[in-house]
Amino acid sequence: MSLRDVVITGIGLASSLGEGADVHAQALGAGTAPNVDATSFAPYPVHPLKPLELDRQIPKKSDQRQMEPWQRIGVYTAGLALDDAGLKDDAEAKSVLQVIVAAGGGERDHAVDGAILTGLRGANAPGSYLNERLMGDLRPTLFLAQLSNLLAGNIAIVHGVTGASRTFMGEEQAGVDAIRTAHARIAAGQAEVMLVGGAYNAERRDMLLLLELGGYLRKGEFAPVFAREAAPGAITGSAGAFLVLEAADRAASRGAKIHAKLTHVGATRSRRQPGTVEAALRGLISGFGPIDSGALAVSAATGAAGITAEEASAIATLPQVKSVATGDLVGHAVEAAFPVSVALAAAAIANGQANEAIVTGAGHWRGEGAARLVKA
Amino acid sequence: MSTKNQTSPNQTSPHRDAKPHRDAKGRPVVAVTGLGIVTSLGQGKEANWEALTAGRSGIHKIERFATEGLRTTIGGTVDFLFDGPFTAPQLSEKLATLAAEEAVGQSGLGQPGDFPGELFMAVPPVEMEWPQKQELAAAIDGDVDYDGLLRAAASQKFTAMHELFLFGAVADHIADAFGTKGSPISLSTACSSGATAIQMGVEAIRRGDTQAALCIGTDGSIHAEALIRFSLLSALSTQNDPPEGAAKPFSKNRDGFVMGEGAGALVLEDYDHALARGATILGIVAGCGERGDGFHRTRSSPDGKPAILAMRDALDDAGLKPDDVDYINAHGTSTPENDKMEAMSCAAVFGERMATLPISSNKSMLGHTLTAAGAVEAVISFMTIANGRIPPTINYTNPDPAIVLDVVPNTARDAKVRTVISNSFGFGGQNTSLVLTAEPARA
Repeated sequence: MSLRDVVITGIGLASSLGEGADVHAQALGAGTAPNVDATSFAPYPVHPLKPLELDRQIPKKSDQRQMEPWQRIGVYTAGLALDDAGLKDDAEAKSVLQVIVAAGGGERDHAVDGAILTGLRGANAPGSYLNERLMGDLRPTLFLAQLSNLLAGNIAIVHGVTGASRTFMGEEQAGVDAIRTAHARIAAGQAEVMLVGGAYNAERRDMLLLLELGGYLRKGEFAPVFAREAAPGAITGSAGAFLVLEAADRAASRGAKIHAKLTHVGATRSRRQPGTVEAALRGLISGFGPIDSGALAVSAATGAAGITAEEASAIATLPQVKSVATGDLVGHAVEAAFPVSVALAAAAIANGQANEAIVTGAGHWRGEGAARLVKA
Repeated sequence: MSTKNQTSPNQTSPHRDAKPHRDAKGRPVVAVTGLGIVTSLGQGKEANWEALTAGRSGIHKIERFATEGLRTTIGGTVDFLFDGPFTAPQLSEKLATLAAEEAVGQSGLGQPGDFPGELFMAVPPVEMEWPQKQELAAAIDGDVDYDGLLRAAASQKFTAMHELFLFGAVADHIADAFGTKGSPISLSTACSSGATAIQMGVEAIRRGDTQAALCIGTDGSIHAEALIRFSLLSALSTQNDPPEGAAKPFSKNRDGFVMGEGAGALVLEDYDHALARGATILGIVAGCGERGDGFHRTRSSPDGKPAILAMRDALDDAGLKPDDVDYINAHGTSTPENDKMEAMSCAAVFGERMATLPISSNKSMLGHTLTAAGAVEAVISFMTIANGRIPPTINYTNPDPAIVLDVVPNTARDAKVRTVISNSFGFGGQNTSLVLTAEPARA
């Protein structure tokens, strides 16, 4: 099968640094210090979202109300990507545009959970008490705001994208596999254009809880991702990234602005033992062919103990001139971490900061991924 | 199915002497060589087939948790796998494991723990459950809030809960157990997830990324909060007595779906690869169609357009016409809206034939197995083809005069079935249709 070239024609990005590819490319180029909030969720620092003017991408207040923050970030950045690709007003293109979303979900009503857990302590009949409280206290629409596939559903409703959507779950690797699958489908001629990305809201204690159960969070002050040995762990950041991937021929024929060519995306799953992450990442990168000596390395590393140093070792073998950690700019955005990193790499290439970029990422618990982008 | 034997000089085939088989669009043909199923009716194809063709319901009063104060107290829970308490991801993993063992075993592909293909898995969204939150709450004093739960978590005395409630863990465990290759996919397209898992396997084989795929849909997530959430959306039947009468797709008095649990697993394989190793071909996944719907978060477009297009896309993908379809395995949830929309959409696709084209809903007996449904019902569709017998829509005693269909009412029917279209429609505007056929040699 002859594979087709796949290019990036739309970038939508939002984070603690603001919104848009240019803002992020400039921060990457200048090494701008990140925005960190070390007090609101202490002892866990987070990178809070720089507030968005939601009306600009989600015009109806009723739609905004139907979503939780992670979905709003995603719908907003999906809109930015569609605008950037010149597809927002192309109803015909949107009617066949296929979507892959890397999603978490399940934002809890923290006050309701706390009150119920307190009440359960003294309840004589805990089962019926739980039923009564949930029937009374859960907002019916909260379920829809929590469902993983409803980010994609809201993209369809708000932006009129009615090609089919798929939602991948599975933490960081969902973001890797979303981009890998979208790339593979276009390359093989199974799709012409796809909208792919993810979104993450870090400003929620329920997700901090899940990560802290496994001991994967850094406590205290911010430190760079590759300099956290004394207190390893992720510093999560609210962020979203969507990309419009397109067959190169189609992009050229419609005169689209091409930010970068996405030449390779690889994903694997090592059975985590010392050294397996480094070996897995090296293996993925070696499948990409010779890497340009001027390449930019963008790492979606978490900061978690052990594997972060292994990722650094794998990156160190690249003949690059510059290496950046996405976490040092916007924090770790779990499902969105890899899409954000690919978006950063594409923005840097589009801005003339590099002719080639290698993106790597090892999930905090499982999954390793890598991608290669070149100037179109 | 009109499979053509086309020469394709750029392709290699395990059949060194023979021309590779290609479908109507010149792509590798995707065969099914293994099927596995677990539902509230039992474990395995044999038990399920016997019950389904006898018109027996697996829906019963819920005993797993207290149902006092709930409007719906019934479900198709799978209660025969654990003695003690368990969480939704644990049951979902167990169901998937059993279905996959049956499917992989039947296929004879690979070695135990070394499946030579990729994993595509529809899993229910996971989140921390109440018993585990209570366990954390018990470790702290005073009123409970998330800061307190975080302090308990920071003690690192509850590390097992992290892996338990990760989205990707169920598929990761299955990948470990079966030795699937590559990065396992955990996906959700709501109530069409199981069909999407199959579609992704088909696409990967057609691309030549893999010669085999293990596609699973699993859902073991009936717990109090999950039920209450659907109940608050008024999506569930409240006709609790008798439980087995609640799911009544296409009936005039249908009043919502009944939650069910289960798993379906399929081994998909490049047809030539399967032939070369002498495998028994159970059928072909001939076509897939999917469409989004931007109308509403829970309701379908009133004109049924996305469902119509999903079915038409699937037929087109298979290189078949509506007249080639012998039977429709309906989404048929028993909600007022779905069944009306599905009937209307089928009428648009199949025209006057709909008066006589059999369409039945497995959900009348299993309830709605949600994330698993597309895979469970694909497995049943292949059993329907193999046995020449259509499972009925039970509880069909009060036909909806607005929906004139041959729903195979109440009793199974013998029929020659070579081509099935299986529908899955979900919240969030997810519409997926699969065209499933008999082996070309038999067709």
